[in-house]
Amino acid sequence: MKSGDDTCPPAGPADFCLSCLLGGAALLLAIVASFAWLDIDFTALATRESAAAMGDFVASFFPPDLAPDFLRKVALGSVQTFAVAAVGTLLAAALGMLVALPAAGRLGAPARALARFALNLLRSVPELVWATLMVLAAGLGPFAGTLALMLHTIGVLGRLFAEAIENAPPAPESSLREAGGGGTVAFVYGTLPLVWPQVIAYSLYRLEMNIRMAAVLGFVGAGGLGQMLYFHLSIFQQAQAATVLMAMLLLVLVVDSLSHLVRGRLAG
Amino acid sequence: MNVAAIDAAAALPLRDPDARRRLGGALLAIVLLWPLLQLAEFRPAALLDASNLRVIGNFLAGFLPPATDAEFLGLLVRATLETLAIATAGITLALFLAAPLAVVATRALSVSAIGPGPGRWRGQALRAACRAILTVLRAIPEIVWALMFVRVLGLGPAAGVLALAITYGGMLGKVYTEILESTDTRPARALLAAGSGRLAALAYGLVPNAAQELTSYTVYRWECAVRASVIMGFVGAGGLGQLMDQSMKMLNGGEASSILLVFLLLVLLADAISAVLRRALA
Repeated sequence: MKSGDDTCPPAGPADFCLSCLLGGAALLLAIVASFAWLDIDFTALATRESAAAMGDFVASFFPPDLAPDFLRKVALGSVQTFAVAAVGTLLAAALGMLVALPAAGRLGAPARALARFALNLLRSVPELVWATLMVLAAGLGPFAGTLALMLHTIGVLGRLFAEAIENAPPAPESSLREAGGGGTVAFVYGTLPLVWPQVIAYSLYRLEMNIRMAAVLGFVGAGGLGQMLYFHLSIFQQAQAATVLMAMLLLVLVVDSLSHLVRGRLAG
Repeated sequence: MNVAAIDAAAALPLRDPDARRRLGGALLAIVLLWPLLQLAEFRPAALLDASNLRVIGNFLAGFLPPATDAEFLGLLVRATLETLAIATAGITLALFLAAPLAVVATRALSVSAIGPGPGRWRGQALRAACRAILTVLRAIPEIVWALMFVRVLGLGPAAGVLALAITYGGMLGKVYTEILESTDTRPARALLAAGSGRLAALAYGLVPNAAQELTSYTVYRWECAVRASVIMGFVGAGGLGQLMDQSMKMLNGGEASSILLVFLLLVLLADAISAVLRRALA
């Protein structure tokens, strides 16, 4: 429907659209094929026994374990999750900036292509896959999680930083160069102040996502709340798992409202 | 400015007028960073540890050549199709969850918003309740849902489909609500004011304007679901991720590299399909 039309188009055969019909049929086929391929017995999920099993499982989470000792452990896990995300993001921002310089074409075309390829590769492997690799390289524990977050985030931030550098107005830097400043000085005092607000904003945004991610990286042994949740669920301690889940929710909600606050301040 | 003045200026040492503040900031950052580094057990030396080096070295050395025997490739193709099927089935179920909740939650179909009418508080409470449900659904990451469902339903794709349905139901519902509210709501208001029902106002007043944006966002979410279903495999929810997890646990580098390549191709393919579909819709 176009907003400029004064007359209504005639209804009827003119509305017939072969490609919509074929597209719809293909979509329907894909959906039916998916369910058929997976062959999930949804009727078995809806029987009384499985509903009862599900109910028992949910009920076993209550009441959550609120013993002071365990709460202290969970608090430590939350802080560790935050530390993993913060250190990973900070390192990624620093290294991402280093890779962003060649990726923005500062060191010639071959270096640009190479840096872009490296950033794409780092970015397309998900954090969790990096984490399984890093657990092999650095042993179980939060350090593996930090490295995994760092590697993926370098790919994301490096590309964003490179774009920010490419889009920055060139006049301040070139005037510093023309006045006799060296390349480094011209970049640091000419271009960096222009891209700095973007660098901060992107890094904060990524920190927010990384905190959520750090909470689940522990599933493959990379420390923090995720590792606690995985551990307690695998030895059927649902009460403890419920406490960890609550801590995860709390962490995400706190981060969400903080970032809302900071973003409002940055925008205003 | 004469030559002597220029010489005098050049002789002055270069100094940063803001040096003291920068130094203070850097010191403060280090003081704050130290406990974080301790908590994250930041020990780069662990990377150079002899036993770790041997494990990762052997594993990475196995990456070349990627495994290509017929039996493994058969498994790989099945796992890839399973991943795509999990994403598609999950999004379909999420749609059934999201669409009704979004229709109830959106302010664009509020009769009392047109003018003060009876049942205003009831309507507001209902919408707030639906919004709260949507928030709860998407607050827990899909991989956590998958981990829990695997405990109840056992290993396999059912856990992944349900986890996607719940989280993506919440995300789609929230965004649908916002899309319906941000399009031109005047046709729907006119219909409601003229006495039509809410569903008719939705179908003839809102959907024609918003359909393209709604579909485009759904396609984008499908692309994300493909990625997510691979990730969820790591906790046992089927598909490529489960296969990758098994290969990595057995330190089989050749299989891991084949799966990683297929995963990268799959993500590129999903990207391309989604881009083509969205361009066709625009």
